[in-house]
Amino acid sequence: MSDVPLYSRYAIYGIVALLVIASATRLLLAYRNPAKDYTELRQRIQSWWWMIGILLVMLLASKTIAITFFGVLSFLALKEFFSIVPTRQADRRVLFWAYVAIAFQYYWIATDWYGMFIVFIPVYVFLLLPMRAVLIGETQGFIQALGTVHWGVMLCVFCVSHIAYLLVLPVQNVEAGYIGPVLFLLFITQFNDVCQYIWGKLLGRHKIIPKVSPKKTWEGFIGGLLSVTVVSGFVAPWLTPLDRAEGFVAGAFMAVAGFIGDVVLSSVKRDLHIKDSGTLIPGHGGILDRIDSLIYTAPLFFHYLRYLHY
Amino acid sequence: MIEVTPLSRVLKLLFFGLIVKPLVLFGLGLNVFHRERLPQRGPAILAANHNSHLDTLVLMSLYPLGQLHRLRPVAAADYFLAKRWLAWFALNVIGIIPLKRERTSARHSLFDDCYRALDAGDILIVFPEGSRGAPEQIGELKRGVHHLLKAREGLAVTPIALHGLGRALPKNEALLVPFNCDVVIGEPLPYTPDAEEFMRQMKNSLQELLRSCITRRGDD
Repeated sequence: MSDVPLYSRYAIYGIVALLVIASATRLLLAYRNPAKDYTELRQRIQSWWWMIGILLVMLLASKTIAITFFGVLSFLALKEFFSIVPTRQADRRVLFWAYVAIAFQYYWIATDWYGMFIVFIPVYVFLLLPMRAVLIGETQGFIQALGTVHWGVMLCVFCVSHIAYLLVLPVQNVEAGYIGPVLFLLFITQFNDVCQYIWGKLLGRHKIIPKVSPKKTWEGFIGGLLSVTVVSGFVAPWLTPLDRAEGFVAGAFMAVAGFIGDVVLSSVKRDLHIKDSGTLIPGHGGILDRIDSLIYTAPLFFHYLRYLHY
Repeated sequence: MIEVTPLSRVLKLLFFGLIVKPLVLFGLGLNVFHRERLPQRGPAILAANHNSHLDTLVLMSLYPLGQLHRLRPVAAADYFLAKRWLAWFALNVIGIIPLKRERTSARHSLFDDCYRALDAGDILIVFPEGSRGAPEQIGELKRGVHHLLKAREGLAVTPIALHGLGRALPKNEALLVPFNCDVVIGEPLPYTPDAEEFMRQMKNSLQELLRSCITRRGDD
């Protein structure tokens, strides 16, 4: 821990402090209302401890281990996606190659080959994966099957892999180190989820898209947007190369992007008539339920940062 | 032939602890619903739909390593005992109870090994469809499980619906493609004298359980 750059270390202390507060609040609530069932809240917070614990161990272990970890995250997300969407039995080998693409994508990151990282999936996988399906020869449902596969690979591999590329960008903010921007991205994205939820619970009246997400309200969205913008403006200069003004802007568009990611994945689940995409994370659902907003914030934050400072 | 030796117990622990459990956890990933309905000790019978060789391994992996030697998949003798090394593996590592599927064999002694295992407190795993069949479809159910119940009073069958394994590793395929799979455990079905009625109940139960799967496909 002592070799972690100063501001990243503070950020880690801060995140752990938030977890302690969450657990303490839960215990206090359970103590005050012994009759009420807090099982789901307990599961959610326990899962947060696990997720953050595993993430921090991986991030602090080494750069390669951290990149591999996000590769595994892509694999679990893509597997979950392929498991819930309609796929044709004939496409098993197409999906197999989609999984293989994950290893390549993260290898480009580990070797810091930006040009390949950025075109591999949108160009090579996009153009060549259909050829595997052509060789199988099942044309019934071809368009939908290939569209689904490519969408899954874009969301779960291409978008998610941007988190890992943040790790190999040259360090500009020495006090943050290479893990600083990743901590910032993950913290702001999850903080936005929590803020939109809390503001919605406190003030929520006017629904935004009742057909997709009946719990999403304008009050929650705007409350989240404002809180995240302010916090981001103050945290960004510590953890990233961004200055304060750039940090405010980053917070604002990440709040919007996180919201979009959330409702897009919600629409997918609505279409399939399922509530959660999996059961891997007790109290949260599946991997996709947890990273839905991150899928959108990761590439947007990455390219914003890269455009301004690299 | 079907006695469990210390060597086979060790092999089983190694195979499941080092290969099957990590594979099921990471390569597949299970959504288990109603785990509390899983019978904790024998004698008991688990009956599942059958689409893949993985079915048996997934059902066995639901139990802790220490319980594994109690699990006895009932498997087709004509398939699993046909090749020598496969027979050795099926009998010693998996611990199957071979069942003769041909009609020629003597009816009354057909289930002797199953009864012996049940009386020893084992948990039988049966696939009433009799073979793996078309992916993700429930075929005709055979009545063997009804015979087992008839002879052992008070025993019930726990129906278990599996979904997704026929995509991960279907019949006649060697390439395993990772998918999350659903395991939905149903309420135990008690014995009813009418075999046809009993099998109908079981089929209904399996189809009902399949409906609560989250890894559904567009066509089911």
